[in-house]
Amino acid sequence: METAISIKNLYYKYYKKYVLENINLDIKKNEYVALIGPNGGGKTTLAKIILGFLKPTKGEVLILGKKPQLNRQIISYIPQNINFNIDIPLTVMDVVLQGRLSKNKLFYSKDDKKRALLNLAKVKMEEFKDKKIGELSGGQRQRVLIARALSCEPEILVLDEPTASVDPKGQKEIYEILNKFCITKIVISHDINILFEQIDKVVYVNKSLFIHENIDTVVKGGDEHFCEVELLEYMKMFQKGMKNV
Amino acid sequence: MFDLMQNAFIASLFISIAVGIIGSFVLINRFNYLAASIAHGSYAGVGIALYCGISILLGATLAALFLAILLSFISFRYKNRKDTLIGVIWAVGMSIGIIFTDLTSGYSADLMSYLFGNILMVPNEDLYFMTGVDFLLVVSTLVLYNQILAISYDADFAELRGVRVKLLYTLLLILIALTVVMSVRSIGLILVIALFTIPPFIAEKFTKNLQMMMIVSGILSLIFCISGLYISYFLDISATPAIILTASVLFFASFFVNP
Repeated sequence: METAISIKNLYYKYYKKYVLENINLDIKKNEYVALIGPNGGGKTTLAKIILGFLKPTKGEVLILGKKPQLNRQIISYIPQNINFNIDIPLTVMDVVLQGRLSKNKLFYSKDDKKRALLNLAKVKMEEFKDKKIGELSGGQRQRVLIARALSCEPEILVLDEPTASVDPKGQKEIYEILNKFCITKIVISHDINILFEQIDKVVYVNKSLFIHENIDTVVKGGDEHFCEVELLEYMKMFQKGMKNV
Repeated sequence: MFDLMQNAFIASLFISIAVGIIGSFVLINRFNYLAASIAHGSYAGVGIALYCGISILLGATLAALFLAILLSFISFRYKNRKDTLIGVIWAVGMSIGIIFTDLTSGYSADLMSYLFGNILMVPNEDLYFMTGVDFLLVVSTLVLYNQILAISYDADFAELRGVRVKLLYTLLLILIALTVVMSVRSIGLILVIALFTIPPFIAEKFTKNLQMMMIVSGILSLIFCISGLYISYFLDISATPAIILTASVLFFASFFVNP
C-alpha cells in the first residue's frame, strides 16, 4: 500500500532541548494511527511537524512524497475545541465554510455552501447550521469541527485530542463518526479503551517512538521490550482510571 | 447648536463606522492591549511632529503605522513575552511624546487635548482623513471578511488552508492604527480604546454573526456619540468624557441582560 506519511531520522529541538529524537515512522494510505504517550512526550509537536506548522531541526517529513508545507491542500486537522473563544459571534455554517478556504479564495461559492451543508449532515448537525457556535455543547462543537475538516476533502486527517471536552457518550459517538471516513487518520488521544477497537497502529511517543502494529498483542501484553513495558504501564493507568469513572 | 456641532456630528458618524468594524475585530481577536499600545505609543509621533513643526496627523500616522508593524512582528516572534514588550512600547512611546513636547519651544497648547480629544474642535482636515480611513476599512472588510474571520476563530486551521495569517494580522493592526489616528483630535488617544471596546462588547451579546456585530456596534457607537454631545451641550461639560460615560452606563447595564 502507498505511504501517506514518511518520517525519517527526525529530530526537533525546543529551547536547546530535544523534544523528539531519531523519529522514523511510515503511515500508509487510509491507515488509522493513534499517537499516545505522556504529556510533554512530543505528541503534539510531532503532529505540528506533520501539519507543517513546525520545521524539524533535523530529518525529513514527506506527505505523499512532498514537504508538508507544499502539500497542505490534502491535509486537515481537528483541534481541541477547548482552545477557542466561544463568545465569538459565528454561526455553525461560518465555521464549516472555513474548510473551503484556500490561499487566494476570498468568497464562498454556492458549491462551497452545498458541500459545507453536506458535511454538516454527515455529522448530523445540519439543523444547527444557523446556531451561534458558542451555544453548542462541547460534543456538538467538536462535530462541527469534524465537518469543517471534512469540507477540505482531505486525504489525511490529524486529530489533536478531539474528545478533550466531551462526555463519555459523546466521545464514543465522535469516534464512530470518524470511523466512517476512509482516509488516513492520525489521532492524539488518551481515550485508549475506545480507540483500540478501531485503530490499525499505535505509536507511543515519549521523545522517541515505539510503534506497535499488532494492537491485540499490546492489549494483552507479555512482551519484555522496555518501550512496550512503558506503553503497557501507560495503558493500565488509563484503564484503571476509566474503571474508577 | 447644529452649526456649532456640525463637524462633531460628521466626525461621530465616521468614527462610528470605523469603531463598528475595527472594534469588532479588536474584541474577537482580543487585541485590546495591542490597540491600547498603538494608541498610547502614537503619542511619540504627536510629540515629534510638534517639535519638527510638521502636521500632527502625519506624525501620529507614521508613529502608529510603525508601531502596528513592530507589534505584529513582536506578536509572532516573542509570543511568550509579548505582553511585557507591548507594555514597554506603550510607556516608551508616551515618554518620547512628552519629552519632545517639552523640548518644543513656545508650545503652550493643552497636551490633554491629544490624549482625551475634543470632538467639538475637529478640523476639516481630520474629516477628509476619516473619509479615507473609512473607505479603506469598508473595502478591506468586504474583500477580506472570510479570511479575517477564519484567522480570528482558528489561526492554525486558516494557515493550513493557505491563508496568509501573518500578513492579515499585520493588516488588521495597520487598520487599527489608522482608526486610532483618525480619532486623535476628536476622541483622543486614550478614550478611543473605550469606543473600541464598549459598543462591540454589547453588540457581541445580541448578535449571531460578525457582520451583525459590526453593524450593531457601529449604531451603538453613533448613539453614544450623539447622546454624549447633547449631554455635554446642555450640562456644559467636556464632550468626549460625556460620550464615554454614556457608553459605560449601557456597558454595565448589559451585564444584567441575558439575551
